[in-house]
Amino acid sequence: MILTIAHKEFRSLFVTPSTWLILGALQFILAWFFLARLDAFLQVQTQLAQLANAPGVTIAVATPLFGTVAMILMMLIPIFTMRLIAEERRNQTLTLLMSAPVSDSHIVLGKFIGLMLFLLLIITSCILMVLTLAAGTQLDTGLLLTNALGIVLLAASYVALGMYVSSLTAQPVVAAICALAIFFGLWLMEVSAIENDNIWRSLTPTSHFQSFNNGLLNSTDLIFFLLFCTSFLLLTIRRLHNNRIYS
Amino acid sequence: MSVTAPITLSARNLIRRFGQREVIHGISLELRHGEVLGLLGHNGAGKSTTLQMLAGALLPHSGQIEICGFDLSRQSQNAKARTGFLPETLPIYREMSVNDFLIFAAKLHRVPRAQIADALSETKRRCGLQDNGGKIIGTLSKGYQQRVGIAQAIIHQPEVIILDEPTVGLDPSQIRDIRTLIRELGNMHSIILSTHLLGEVESICDRVEIMHHGRLIYGNSSTKMQQYGCQPGFIVTLLAPPALSELQAIAEVQQVDQLSASQFRILHAANTNPSAALLALAAQHGWQAEQLVPLRTRLEDVFMQITQDDKL
Repeated sequence: MILTIAHKEFRSLFVTPSTWLILGALQFILAWFFLARLDAFLQVQTQLAQLANAPGVTIAVATPLFGTVAMILMMLIPIFTMRLIAEERRNQTLTLLMSAPVSDSHIVLGKFIGLMLFLLLIITSCILMVLTLAAGTQLDTGLLLTNALGIVLLAASYVALGMYVSSLTAQPVVAAICALAIFFGLWLMEVSAIENDNIWRSLTPTSHFQSFNNGLLNSTDLIFFLLFCTSFLLLTIRRLHNNRIYS
Repeated sequence: MSVTAPITLSARNLIRRFGQREVIHGISLELRHGEVLGLLGHNGAGKSTTLQMLAGALLPHSGQIEICGFDLSRQSQNAKARTGFLPETLPIYREMSVNDFLIFAAKLHRVPRAQIADALSETKRRCGLQDNGGKIIGTLSKGYQQRVGIAQAIIHQPEVIILDEPTVGLDPSQIRDIRTLIRELGNMHSIILSTHLLGEVESICDRVEIMHHGRLIYGNSSTKMQQYGCQPGFIVTLLAPPALSELQAIAEVQQVDQLSASQFRILHAANTNPSAALLALAAQHGWQAEQLVPLRTRLEDVFMQITQDDKL
């Protein structure tokens, strides 16, 4: 039942031309950035070769690339999460799901998985781009994998939060703006923190992504992302349940 | 429909509040297999709210709903799998094609994968959507969208079909088609529909419940409703009428009024019928009886009368 909803959600993304436009533009920007980093790396390569413990191509190209993807996802995900529940509520199609024999958790998880599948497409294309380097050189697979895992977890937590915001309103645009504002707020909380062990900083997803970005697989970060996702998914489920009582 | 048919839907003492305001005050309903029940009422009487509660889209604040023996709040999945719901605003994804949408609805209502293709073609045939399977729903006309809405509610062959104003916004020929479809569905399923079109009740419903300010104030079969508050009688046309006293002399006739030169209104007691005696006399004396029409009140009058009575 979850997969039915996920499948529908995934397919409905591709019937709107804007999705294709965003996918195309995104791929263009990321490729541009990737080539620019690669170019910069090639220019300094001869100097780097003289260093004793020189940074490899993975850390010079992949790490900043995934850092950019993280920033772009922050701005992109609200555009996709806004539709999830707010639009269904505005078009009154939520009644179809509400009166169907599916539980609220199925609806929420289905929508979550559907959008995650779509975001995985973007992330995969990004990883594939880095993997093309394997033709010419040795890649740091560990660093690449932690980066990939980190970006998936970051996307998941953004989607969970964005969907919760979407479940609070019947106006998709309001949902998008609010989600974007919250994401920016969280990001500002991270960059404005002076000390590294600041409590505010440890509350933000981006700071936990940092360690993944640097190739650190820290259980604290993993648990943070899992808790973050679970709590917002549970809040969304609760909100949908309340919808049946109060609306 | 017989009285012994199994009860498919029963609701007891439903209460629903919006904020502090109580809009549904303890409604109880029962629906039997093969029965079409019409829920009548003014705008804002609480029809849609009641139907949404029966479909499980809204939770009642108190009261119990059972569908085919399954409690809607405790065994909601089983209960909901046996209902089909067409809300007032169509729950259709405008960007999907008719086929995709109906397949999604079928999967959502747990139609086994192997039966989906059959269910889809059968439902499209019933709703007259055979030629529109590949079209995008948003490009269809309102009437066809309404059909898609109904198709969505019946694709999983539910025991109970809940339709909220199914013919609103349709043209007369579409209304006729949809009514035929509802009548046809009513033989195999139980249907509860809300409407404020009284003609609809007359033509398709077996039973009527009238809602007023969140209460059910009158419930009866739709033929009985037409006799509400009206004295039994008929209007007879006699081309060569006799004297008024001769008509009054017929046994069981209570009152005779002359409406025109040849028309007479004859009232009689509820459980008797002097029409046969009258016709026999007419034939015998050559009164040239032409027409004999039983007195029927219009449903509108009855409805107005019932809702007025409640106010007093």
